[in-house]
Amino acid sequence: MEILTILLDLANAYMGAGIGAGVAAIGAGIGIGRIGGSALESMARQPEAISDIRANMIVAAALVEGAAFFGIIVCLLIALK
Amino acid sequence: MQKHSIYKAFKPFFLLFSIALLTSGSLLATEDSEIHTVDSTEAHEATEALDLHGDTKAADEHGSEAFNAGDMIMHHVTDAHDIHMMDIGGHAISIPLPIILYSVGDGLSVFMSSKFEHGHAEHNGYILQHEHIYKRDVNQSEDPASQGFLAENLGGIFSGKPGAFVDLSITKTTFGILLTVLIMFFVFMSIAKSYKRSPNEAPKGMQSLMEPIILFVRDEIAKPSVGPRYEKFLPYLLTIFFFIWTANMLGLIPFIGGFNVTGNIAVTLVLALFTFVITNVSGNKYYWKHVLAPDIPLWLYPLMIPIEIMGVFIKPIVLCARLFANITAGHIIILAFMSLIFIFANQYGTGAGFGVSIVSLAFAIFMNIMEILVAFLQAYVFTLLSALYFGAAVEEHH
Repeated sequence: MEILTILLDLANAYMGAGIGAGVAAIGAGIGIGRIGGSALESMARQPEAISDIRANMIVAAALVEGAAFFGIIVCLLIALK
Repeated sequence: MQKHSIYKAFKPFFLLFSIALLTSGSLLATEDSEIHTVDSTEAHEATEALDLHGDTKAADEHGSEAFNAGDMIMHHVTDAHDIHMMDIGGHAISIPLPIILYSVGDGLSVFMSSKFEHGHAEHNGYILQHEHIYKRDVNQSEDPASQGFLAENLGGIFSGKPGAFVDLSITKTTFGILLTVLIMFFVFMSIAKSYKRSPNEAPKGMQSLMEPIILFVRDEIAKPSVGPRYEKFLPYLLTIFFFIWTANMLGLIPFIGGFNVTGNIAVTLVLALFTFVITNVSGNKYYWKHVLAPDIPLWLYPLMIPIEIMGVFIKPIVLCARLFANITAGHIIILAFMSLIFIFANQYGTGAGFGVSIVSLAFAIFMNIMEILVAFLQAYVFTLLSALYFGAAVEEHH
């Protein structure tokens, strides 16, 4: 019963939203960091493909960032309601 | 040498932009004072006392000087019935938009939103509270919590319930869509005219600006992703690309109230719905074979079939959510940086506000420039993924 009252406390919802946003940012950071890292490596191996690699890196980064944004929007909805 | 001249060309642009950001930010500060103006006539008092959402309490708790960042951000990101540009000394400066209401008993009501006087007045039995319209309930039905006013009720229109009404107004988002469409018509009809007039000459003017972008969409997005049948889908891909890009860019202009067109989930849902319908209508039998009867061992069928069927629906939903979340989050970040100035000013005095404003402004300008990139990028990603789905739908057997 105590656990239930603790869980239903509104303040914990705000804390959950904050932690969730942080975790989403970590996810985005890891994903885009890996994309950038492998893109830079392959640019160093093959300098004539730099512009192709750059374009694909930006696209992949946008897709990964989309996933992070789902988490951010949910956390924002929690915090602002 | 070349970098120096580019900097000189852009200096007045940056200066103007930052001045616009700073003044719009400072004028936003008088936002909350309009909630507390008290008018003398009865109707005004009635609408002031009305608290249909139960959330005007928060403003009263902090007193009329408090700056509620959450409210301000939500007000700028969500839809509104007029284009609210700024508040000067408690008076709101805004462009009114037509309100179109259809109700069962009273028929069609069309009037400008200025008749509502920003939520302080009643007109034709309708009031405006927190950007929702409510109708005075002459039948005194239902629960006392509604305080004699009815909310919008679409189902009631079809069942003929008395007092049911539906809100079909031209809101800020609708106006933004119409503005985007107008811009696109103007640009592309003038290009089409110049192509028809002189088909074999070198392009100039608006033509030479748009031609590389159109060729980019055709050669980098449509041809590689859709395959040999790309021409059937090219008009839709071009339309969606330019619509999303123009709508995103419209939302970045600081002063005129911020049209959050693609940041409205209804708009992005419709765009994703178009992609969904076109994908599945133009799917050939190999596409449906891959979804419903793929070439996998039989024991994997109970796992793969539900996943594939859900995938048919989830892919457009993800398109919708990605665009909505990216644009809305960008707007919220910029607004949050600007509100930081006022939060600091309220807590630690005006000096702190001024100090923070330098940092805040720098970040807000950086975010705005990043949002210009995001505007193009999100349009590109939406179009690219739509093209990939079309390509999967019309793919021939290997």
